[in-house]
Amino acid sequence: MPRHLRLTGKARVNIAAVAVTCMAVSFCKVNLRITALRTCLFAVQGYTLATDRFSFSSVSMPSPPRAEAPPSPLPSRFHAWFAGRGWEPRAHQLDLLALAQTGRSALLVAPTGAGKTLAGFLPSLVDLAEPRAALTRSAPVGRTPPPRERGLHTLYISPLKALAVDVARNLYAPVEEMGLPIRIETRTGDTPASKRQRQRSDPPEILLTTPEQLALLLASADAPYLFGSLKRVVLDELHALVTSKRGDLLSLGLARLFTLAPGLTTVGLSATVKDPADLARFLTPQGGGAPAAAVVMAAAGAKPDVSILETAERLPWAGHSARHAAGELYEAIKRHRTTLVFVNTRSQAELLFQLLWTINDDGLPIALHHGSLDVAQRRRVEDAMAAGQLKAVVCTSSLDLGIDWGDVDLVLNIGAPKGSSRLMQRIGRANHRPDEPSRAVLVPANRFEVMECRAALEAIDDGAQDTDPLRRGALDVLCQHVLGMACAGPIGEEALLGEVRSAAPYADLDAATFHDVINFVATGGYALKSYDRFAKIRQDKKGLWRVAHPSIAQRYRMNVGTIVESPMLRVRLVRSRQGTTGYSGPIGRGGRVLGEIEEYFVEGLVPGDTFVFSGEVLRYEALVENEVYVSRATSREPKVPSYAGGKFPLSTFLAEGVRRMLSDPKEWTKLPPQVAEWLELQRKASIIPRRDQLLVETFPRGDRFHLVAYPFEGRLAHQTLGMLLTRRLERWGLRPMGFVANDYSISVWGLSDLGAAVLRGDLSMDALFDEDMLGDDLEAWLEESPLMKRTFRTCAVIAGLIERRHPGKEKSGRQVTVSTDLVYDVLRRHEPNHLLLRAARADAATGLLDIARLGQMLSRIRGRIVHIGLKRISPLAVPVMLEIGREPIYGEAGEALLQEAEAALLAEAGIEGPASGEVG
Amino acid sequence: MTPSPVPETVVTIAGRSFVADGSGVLWCPDSGLMVVADLHLEKGSSFAARRMMLPPYDTRQTLMALARVVARLKPRTIVSLGDSFHDRSGPLRMAEADRDHLKALQANRTWIWVAGNHDPALDGGMAGEFLDSFADGAIRFVHEPTAGRVTGEIAGHLHPCARITARGGSVRSKVFVSCETRLVMPAFGALTGGLDVTSPAIRSLFPGRMAMIALGRQRAYRVAA
Repeated sequence: MPRHLRLTGKARVNIAAVAVTCMAVSFCKVNLRITALRTCLFAVQGYTLATDRFSFSSVSMPSPPRAEAPPSPLPSRFHAWFAGRGWEPRAHQLDLLALAQTGRSALLVAPTGAGKTLAGFLPSLVDLAEPRAALTRSAPVGRTPPPRERGLHTLYISPLKALAVDVARNLYAPVEEMGLPIRIETRTGDTPASKRQRQRSDPPEILLTTPEQLALLLASADAPYLFGSLKRVVLDELHALVTSKRGDLLSLGLARLFTLAPGLTTVGLSATVKDPADLARFLTPQGGGAPAAAVVMAAAGAKPDVSILETAERLPWAGHSARHAAGELYEAIKRHRTTLVFVNTRSQAELLFQLLWTINDDGLPIALHHGSLDVAQRRRVEDAMAAGQLKAVVCTSSLDLGIDWGDVDLVLNIGAPKGSSRLMQRIGRANHRPDEPSRAVLVPANRFEVMECRAALEAIDDGAQDTDPLRRGALDVLCQHVLGMACAGPIGEEALLGEVRSAAPYADLDAATFHDVINFVATGGYALKSYDRFAKIRQDKKGLWRVAHPSIAQRYRMNVGTIVESPMLRVRLVRSRQGTTGYSGPIGRGGRVLGEIEEYFVEGLVPGDTFVFSGEVLRYEALVENEVYVSRATSREPKVPSYAGGKFPLSTFLAEGVRRMLSDPKEWTKLPPQVAEWLELQRKASIIPRRDQLLVETFPRGDRFHLVAYPFEGRLAHQTLGMLLTRRLERWGLRPMGFVANDYSISVWGLSDLGAAVLRGDLSMDALFDEDMLGDDLEAWLEESPLMKRTFRTCAVIAGLIERRHPGKEKSGRQVTVSTDLVYDVLRRHEPNHLLLRAARADAATGLLDIARLGQMLSRIRGRIVHIGLKRISPLAVPVMLEIGREPIYGEAGEALLQEAEAALLAEAGIEGPASGEVG
Repeated sequence: MTPSPVPETVVTIAGRSFVADGSGVLWCPDSGLMVVADLHLEKGSSFAARRMMLPPYDTRQTLMALARVVARLKPRTIVSLGDSFHDRSGPLRMAEADRDHLKALQANRTWIWVAGNHDPALDGGMAGEFLDSFADGAIRFVHEPTAGRVTGEIAGHLHPCARITARGGSVRSKVFVSCETRLVMPAFGALTGGLDVTSPAIRSLFPGRMAMIALGRQRAYRVAA
């Protein structure tokens, strides 16, 4: 099975229906006004009516003294309103107001609970509170705008439509209470068509929407009319938006807004980031001499109270379930008002939810959230959460964003934090009062994670951030944007290039590449110019590009956005044909449908493979059309693991922390005794690498020989490394058979003794890990790899080469009219430097394959590889060796099996088995 | 070099033997007859005409692949078993070089265009004979497989593909599927996708045993169905 499937196989693992029903029954006992049983499988991606988004300092808590104390820019009406609530505006809120009044854009960096959103809107509310003269504006030729006194004043963009709706609701309060003449509306995918139509002709003063809706609005001929009056743009959760292609799309939309409304000022609201000045570049046009956005740092809140769970149980060697700590987690939940339990993946969320319910003797209302649960279920949980009826919610990263959760007084972070900034944002979810510390407990799920948690704790102490710098804009997104702009009206290539370059992610775009983008949009951008007569956009006599047909705009609208769904297949339970040979006709058609699973996961399966889905161990039987036929497995041990490590790689910052901690035995005293003992054993059995070294161990085990390396660069980079190492060993005749990687280390195994080969001088570790593997080997492997084809598919859809759906013909993700794999092959052969191939390669370098990071690692360790030939497995190697052939977590049988496997490995490594019944 | 039949990929349909060639064509060395199915020439431009700009290189790539087989097998007769073009006006959109290339392939041999559902007729005055189906002895060559019992039929249309599993992995491949009385050819075109052999459209044609020959990079392989 291709290794990459482990890192991204997002098999939808649902909880067994039976288990859900049991939990649901006990759940309903706590009287949550929930009627239907199944609805109790809570999915929350919602919001509450919490006031914290608009929290203010109380009068008794004076805001920090201000140096020059200028006359307050806040009108008396607002002062009165603040005072009426016993509040006082905060320094950063007044700073933003003052900046806005001088026409400066600003980035507000503030911890959760600092009244960020009100700070963003206050300038607009103040501005709109004063009666304005009727707008004078030139309407597009041939259009008569309906008479109106005011136009769109403020645009608010959030990454989540739920957040837009939440913020709108919270804005109503001050507006109504002060009697301000301001209309506030939201516009999302759920807004009725009639309302959307009306918003174009008669816009509200404040519109709250998402990046995709902005792209749609900008792609219409009405855009100059609609946005001509715009004064202000508020970008919420900017730190989260800018890390993806959605951020690229938003940056391009923002560049267009600056063209349509040159007097515009922007404000970005962000959690704490490593380099605020870099993030601030997103907010103003680049390269045109416009003043940079000011960075306003809100006073830091009280230092969070973060600790690592000191478990009395034995710490697992591998795995991500934190099963050992379930009882301690449950006790913590019981002791607090409301707890948010963050995990890294959907399957972890489901499993932990299940674990907590099996010990939930008190029938505590504990709910589950993750992104793939049904929307209706989410709404019910949102309501329960808003009403303060939940004791805990187990959730994934989809809740890292700033939706308020009311009275959360504890955050439990399960497993590896992966990055210090990410962790700090999560911790900020607890207790939205800056004057009180957030309380959080880190719960490492295995021994390496203890070190990672420790490193994260030190990072929090230092306030060290590890967010990435602004990304370079993707070319496929630019293709989509260019077509959108042509749909809005004729475009001049040079003028549009200037506009695009004013967007920070595209500041470095060269004219030749932009010309390729235009050509791609027009005719596919092929060197063979045979599609001119079918062009989507054409140059008129003045050289302006215009859409060739109105239907193109319609099709653009149906394909807008940067989120591309993976092709999914239905999973159907049938009778097994185990024991019979070959396919013997249709098997048990008409069985129950269990759900949907990613096609890419299925691609890696061969009939007979077993895996966990929907809480059961299933046996893969066949792929029949669009359905995956599975049967109930007789074995309780699934053969193919569904990946459970989390999609976020270990940040380089934390990786460095872990390497440092490992290299310095003095640091070990800060670690729990179990972990320190483990490292001590490693020192005796093998060596402890210095922080700048790469340790490589070789040892025989069973009838195989293993090579284990410890780069600490995250699973993605390790997967790529594994692929390249096995390729190279294969070519050198050293017969590798497979590899497995986790976030910390990688194990390659095979039939020949690699340690002996080193002793003989037949194998050099320096040569094996030489950077040149990133050359031909990488190229050759990458071009053929399913990951690359997958990346290409995403680029092809975003760029508009392949359409998501055709008018009147809804297609499932899988049934695109032509296979992008075939297109990829043809293109690679005939035009290897085509724009879309360049876009796909750029994505691969930083995305699923993390090649950039691998390159840095290989260069870092050059000449610093320490090879140790061992007679048997080392203590440090145990965790990655346990990953071989194991299913992360399933049921008691699976766990027992895991324990056996572990015990055997430990015995081999000369470590005694776990002492049982140890209570601390 | 005289093409020698490859024993393991000989298929016998209605008592007559053919070689299922690794390139995806069916070859009868005795009569010099070569059959190719579902070329789908000008598929890229057909989509482009609907403003989906697929690469315009599919025709070139398909014809190059075809030329390599023709040079190796030197057939006297070539039957293009329908859906030779992605649509009937395909020949009109063909690049000059591709048109010349196709002409060269047709020269000095009999060329039969069997009508397909995509190309019931062809515009642009193509050389060659145009037939709805074509019989040679006991065997009928037709684009779309006939439902129910047949006594000897070679067809295309369905683009059969299969996932071949072996130790440690699986690979998806175009396949010939056959029984004693019928054979369904793999699609030859560069941009032609596939239909899994487990789909009812293919299964229903083979109520009894179904034999499968998969196209590999080097040759064809007989695989378990």
